[in-house]
Amino acid sequence: MIGTFRAALAVAGIACAVPLVLAQSAADEIEKYRRALQDGNPAELWEARGEEMWKARAGPKNASLERCDLGKGPGVVKGAYAELPRYFADADRVMDLESRLVWCRVALQGMTEADAKRNPFGSPERKADMEALVAYVTGESRGVKMNVSLDHPKMREAYAVGEKIFFFRGGPHDFACATCHGEDGKRIRLQDLPNLTSKAGAQKGYTTWPAYRVSQGELRTFQWRLNDCFRQQRFPELEFTSPASVALTTFLAYNANGAAFDAPAIKR
Amino acid sequence: MADPMKIRANVVGDSTEVKVLMNHEMETGQRKDAQGKTVPAWFIQNVTATWNGKTVLNAQWGPAVSKNPFLAFKFKGGAKGEKVQITWTDSKGDKRTDEATIA
Repeated sequence: MIGTFRAALAVAGIACAVPLVLAQSAADEIEKYRRALQDGNPAELWEARGEEMWKARAGPKNASLERCDLGKGPGVVKGAYAELPRYFADADRVMDLESRLVWCRVALQGMTEADAKRNPFGSPERKADMEALVAYVTGESRGVKMNVSLDHPKMREAYAVGEKIFFFRGGPHDFACATCHGEDGKRIRLQDLPNLTSKAGAQKGYTTWPAYRVSQGELRTFQWRLNDCFRQQRFPELEFTSPASVALTTFLAYNANGAAFDAPAIKR
Repeated sequence: MADPMKIRANVVGDSTEVKVLMNHEMETGQRKDAQGKTVPAWFIQNVTATWNGKTVLNAQWGPAVSKNPFLAFKFKGGAKGEKVQITWTDSKGDKRTDEATIA
């Protein structure tokens, strides 16, 4: 009797372990598949288009973006993304890459802010300039260790606001970012979710955006990722380059400090 | 001319390995847009690769090939510094040729 009970428990134990093992090998296989896709990553096409756009004359002032200061000096693109977001004295506020690009398109190329912000997330019918520029600039930080500084008081403020937003529960589902990203081992359908409250999760989560989203056939930026998270939470729309989006980016980017930036990547 | 493609060519033993990333929407003609209208078919139909005047690859594609196609192939021969040309033509009659130096 006891023997068969023990045997039944052992079988039950194995039966519980098998799905876990299967889930792990499925995740490994998906990882292998993703690494194989890395070779022909269409993000390179966005990087090439972005580089052209950076150097091309555009806007009412017919100027290029080559004098744009991304924080390391006018025109210095290499390594700039790894230090963003940062405080910019000329704008007197904290900016992430996309808000800084909007600033430069207005200041250097003479566009109106509305024009510079138009169509930030592209589709096959309407390519987005912003996605190409982001692909180019982030590509120039590939391999560079994340190094966001909270030296400036406004950066510390942005970090604190971002942290508050991360844990803020709202919307019809009473979700916060932390609801999905606050624990290990969570997933939505078949997509594993990084635990952004752990160092490793925060580093992996931030350093793999922007990425070419195969299912959408487009390159998606970090602003897009936050916008889409808000949509999934059924929150009101997160405005493109809004102070809230920059604060949340500051919180997540600083938490990724120390990790090598590894994008533009490729995702499902 | 359409957007440029990215070509990488490397010598591997006595062959050359070529990897091409093409910029193309590759519409199947089955998709419907947000208004419910069918998005017309538009895809690469022919791909030719040449080296030293010789055709080393010829491909006839249909709508099954995905957006931004990635093509990798090997051919016998090729040395560092020589050139490989890739040409594609699509169903709208558009074409694109790009060249790369074998590394």
